[in-house]
Amino acid sequence: MTWEIVLATLAAAIKAGTPILYATLGEILAERTGILNLGLEGMMLIGALTGFLICSMSNDPWLGVLAAIISGGLLAMIHAFLTITLRAQQVVSGLALTMFGMGLSGFLGKVVIGVPISSYFRPFDFPFLSQIPFIGEVFFHQDALVYISYLLIPILSFWIYRTRPGLHMRAVGENPATADAMGISVSGIRYLYTFLGGCLAGLGGAYLSLAYTPVWLENMVAGRGWIAIALVIFASWDPFKALLGSYLFGLVDAVQFRAQALGLAVPSFFLNMTPYVATILVLVFATRETARRHLGAPAALGLPFAREEKT
Amino acid sequence: MSIFLEKRAQSSRLLSALVPLLAIILALLIGAIIIALSGTNPWEAYREMFVGAFGSGYALSETMVKTIPLILCSLGVGIAFRATLWNIGAEGQLYMGAFAAGGIALAFPQGQGWWLIPLMVLASLVGGALWGLIPGFLKAKLNVNEIITSLLLNYVAILWFQYWIYGPWKDPLGYGFPYTAPFGEGAWLPTLAGTRIHLGLAFAVLAALFLYFLLKSTRVGYEIRIIGENPQAARYAGMNIPGTILLVFAISGGLAGLAGMGEVSGVIHRLQPAISPGFGYTAIIIAWLARFNPWLTIAVSFLFGGLLVGGYSLRAFGLSDSLVLILQGLILFLLLGGDILTRYSLRWKRSRA
Amino acid sequence: MNEKVRMEGIFKRFPGVIANDGVDLDIREGEIHALLGENGAGKTTLMCVLAGIYSPDAGTILIDGEKALIRSPRDAIRAGIGMVHQHFMLVVPYSVAENVTLGLNKPRFLLNERKLEAEVGTVAQSFGIQVDPHAKIWQLSVGEQQRVEILKSLYRGAKILILDEPTAVLTPQEVRELFVTLRQMAKAGHTLVIISHKLEEVMALSDRISVMRKGKRIATVNTKDTNPTELARLMVGREMLFELHKEKSIPGDEVLSFNNLHALSDKGLPALRDISLSVRSKEIVGIAGVAGNGQRELAEVITGLRPATSGKVLVNGKDVTNNSPRQVIDQGVAHIPEDRKGTGTAPNLCVLDNLMLKCYRVEPFKNGPLLNLGRIREFAAKLVKQFQISTPSLETPVKLLSGGNVQKLILAREIATFSELMIAVHPTRGLDVGATEDVHQMLLEQRSKGAAILLISEDLDELLALSDRIDVIYEGKFMGEVPAEADQIETIGLMMAGKKGETQQPAPAGIGAQA
Repeated sequence: MTWEIVLATLAAAIKAGTPILYATLGEILAERTGILNLGLEGMMLIGALTGFLICSMSNDPWLGVLAAIISGGLLAMIHAFLTITLRAQQVVSGLALTMFGMGLSGFLGKVVIGVPISSYFRPFDFPFLSQIPFIGEVFFHQDALVYISYLLIPILSFWIYRTRPGLHMRAVGENPATADAMGISVSGIRYLYTFLGGCLAGLGGAYLSLAYTPVWLENMVAGRGWIAIALVIFASWDPFKALLGSYLFGLVDAVQFRAQALGLAVPSFFLNMTPYVATILVLVFATRETARRHLGAPAALGLPFAREEKT
Repeated sequence: MSIFLEKRAQSSRLLSALVPLLAIILALLIGAIIIALSGTNPWEAYREMFVGAFGSGYALSETMVKTIPLILCSLGVGIAFRATLWNIGAEGQLYMGAFAAGGIALAFPQGQGWWLIPLMVLASLVGGALWGLIPGFLKAKLNVNEIITSLLLNYVAILWFQYWIYGPWKDPLGYGFPYTAPFGEGAWLPTLAGTRIHLGLAFAVLAALFLYFLLKSTRVGYEIRIIGENPQAARYAGMNIPGTILLVFAISGGLAGLAGMGEVSGVIHRLQPAISPGFGYTAIIIAWLARFNPWLTIAVSFLFGGLLVGGYSLRAFGLSDSLVLILQGLILFLLLGGDILTRYSLRWKRSRA
Repeated sequence: MNEKVRMEGIFKRFPGVIANDGVDLDIREGEIHALLGENGAGKTTLMCVLAGIYSPDAGTILIDGEKALIRSPRDAIRAGIGMVHQHFMLVVPYSVAENVTLGLNKPRFLLNERKLEAEVGTVAQSFGIQVDPHAKIWQLSVGEQQRVEILKSLYRGAKILILDEPTAVLTPQEVRELFVTLRQMAKAGHTLVIISHKLEEVMALSDRISVMRKGKRIATVNTKDTNPTELARLMVGREMLFELHKEKSIPGDEVLSFNNLHALSDKGLPALRDISLSVRSKEIVGIAGVAGNGQRELAEVITGLRPATSGKVLVNGKDVTNNSPRQVIDQGVAHIPEDRKGTGTAPNLCVLDNLMLKCYRVEPFKNGPLLNLGRIREFAAKLVKQFQISTPSLETPVKLLSGGNVQKLILAREIATFSELMIAVHPTRGLDVGATEDVHQMLLEQRSKGAAILLISEDLDELLALSDRIDVIYEGKFMGEVPAEADQIETIGLMMAGKKGETQQPAPAGIGAQA
């Protein structure tokens, strides 16, 4: 492979990793407060479709992204209501959300399958930074949504670890009873971050339909939501490690795509398997590491909280 | 005034029975709104669905055909739930069972012996079980989250299945279509006269009987129940938890594999890229709705079989059968919400001020 | 003294129980008020109502003579009420300063750790509380964590401080220090409510005592006008039987021994460091120590639930080190676990299912791969009768039984299926007086039948009453062994705090069996 191909593959890896990155960040927010949302796949699909529909109607990709963010957040509110207010089983509610999102996007998206759109997020050279050799070509010849994700990582990391709201958010996920006794609104915080998590998942979905392959296809998220859920464990609930994990997956995706384009002797079916198999391997590795180094999940992850109930 | 939830000392029996019913009705109502918004008369759409699923002898028999794999997959998911294990991979296990059984059938195109069908059954059980054992092993030995692994393996299984159909097993006489050659008739499951209902129905009922007996009267069944209720207590009592997890995943996967065998040997009679409209996912709802009870599973599977068959009739309206998925998701949402009513009572309280 | 808090007609119902049945209580400014009662009398519920954690079904609260609306912990904090719970409300991975300022809006957004820690340090000093604001909670001893809890309330300007069983987790010496701190606080004008079920403690510390029984306030008395006997009668509603009849016993052969045992905690830190002990038949050996010093890990290593990193465990001379729990059970080892509902039973399953937990796989209760349900039923019915487990039926879920009956169920099951050795961990924690007596009686009966018993408990009175000799564990090490005699309590206390005692090696036979 020539140098150009390596650079192009790396740049493609960033692109392929970005939707997973947004979804992973979203899930980290929700899980940090103790809410496990297995509905990522459904929220991403709805985000992808809404973004695409609004963009094709308004011809404004930014409006599309906004709509995707809102729709992902609204879908997450169903999960929030069921699991926070009604204290429902989080796993089942998340699965239901995935089914509902798949069904709704399939149902409403039928009319626009394969329809092309004229305006979407195109890569552009980021002023100055794109001039840096190697780094410029890989990281700074991307589209606007990729640049936003670069910004989002340090912001979220700062928010989680260095601010009072972040302190409260983590406390709710670690020990809701204590947070409650200290006058923090456990439900309020859980609602907020579950909503924001849904927003980011919707944004990740919109990246697929408005930047990655600017078109709507049924089930176009193709398991990326589940990969993101696995990556949260790999990232041990940390935004920077989520970045690492997502780009790793982008790379697997980009390489297998490149291999297919080059007509490698391995059948495409096997190449297509690689992201899923790689996720499982990474999950096995991450599970052993977190156990070995005692990097637990937020202690209250998956558990409902009610002030007057002793567990 | 404010509303709040208060835990009941014991969950209400009457509500336990009523909630699933209400959930289905309410889901249909919300579904009606979605249909209406897409410009179709919901009443007519539902009538079409109902007639398509239950309205004639043929419709009923077709519903029964879809019920068979649903029962098998749901029983598998249900037994895993009993041990608080989440097997979201029934879909992939079904494909692997079909792959194994299909491989046998294709290896003996002329096979007429009595042994062929039993061999296919065995192959599908083993195929599904082995596929189920992957997440089972990772869970039992390394404590890897089985929800994610079993789900991701669905994608892998289907790609594997399709590789064989598009590749080595493609029918040379198939004009390039992605099908395998048809099975020899010796590899067909017998059907009930005049319908497509096949012997898989007997397998499904036998499987329900087997699970009922297993849970109630065997040592292993008792261990599954204890592990499901309190793994800590199971460990304390000296039970072999990893071994039981493996066993549960093998049973769960094997049943889904058998469902796959029923589809290819009883209905399709060859392998093609898609053999399941998501039986493995629907099974999760059925298992939850039936509260993991083997007998209720059969009844609820029939209902969802009807929903699937009815969904096909929607195409006549130009509606996507994705509506079925929407309804399934809604039913699950409402069921979850409704469960709260059985465990808690709503109380009103006048605020003091 | 002025009346600081007045609670009127507090009524609080939980599903199936009335926890507070129209309780009136008044607390005066600057006093130490003890709330005395048995477990389940409703003391903690009443104080949780005051602290805004539970909202009462009826009743009113007056603070400084004015009606106060306390509907959440936030309201309580605003009204100057702070509560130190029995299970500390601390976020374990956080630092002391982060915990103390949790939920406050100052600073509103940016966290400057150094500044925060300096501020918390200053406030701690002003109240005379010694604690490192930079330390993470998991690095602190239980006593230090308690100080963080107290500081948390004071930092929020609490004038009324409620402490729920504050001495349960402390060594006798730490208790004394705590009492000094509390008296100083009272002198400085704070109002203190101490929840307790220990008579001596209440007599030593408080100004006034309110006794609760079955959800009602029975009486309020001035401490100087009362005595332990009167309090005990008020608390239990009858004369308490303090005396337990322990017969002399001559120990037999060695049943359990472990040598140079090491093991890790859940966090991967050393929990047991080089401990050795042997227990003979017809003998009860007590393990004393403050919770969290390796007791749980010790019981788990012996019963095969936790691996030993080095050392040996022998049962009847057979090496069972790192055997599976199943193999250890098959050696005739019974285990009464610390956590009755989390480990000892499956609470959602019925009495029958829980009674067969250990016998289901042995003859005559198994039938090949099947269960012999007829036999199992007979067996369960017999146990329910023999051990007087009060349950409506064998099909009743265990979660509906009282704590005492759950413990009797576990004891019945363990006694019926074991032969040689019993590991009993906190066997009477949370039980009422009657149930505690029953459990004690059963353990002594087993001893006289020839069992070897390792009794792990935090309750020194219980250890002294039941054991033949007592070993003290501190940070995973044995600090020494003493005969179980009342005059050893000071020595035990010092050892519990980590001060190495002179090991008083008891004579090989016939020791420490005084009544």
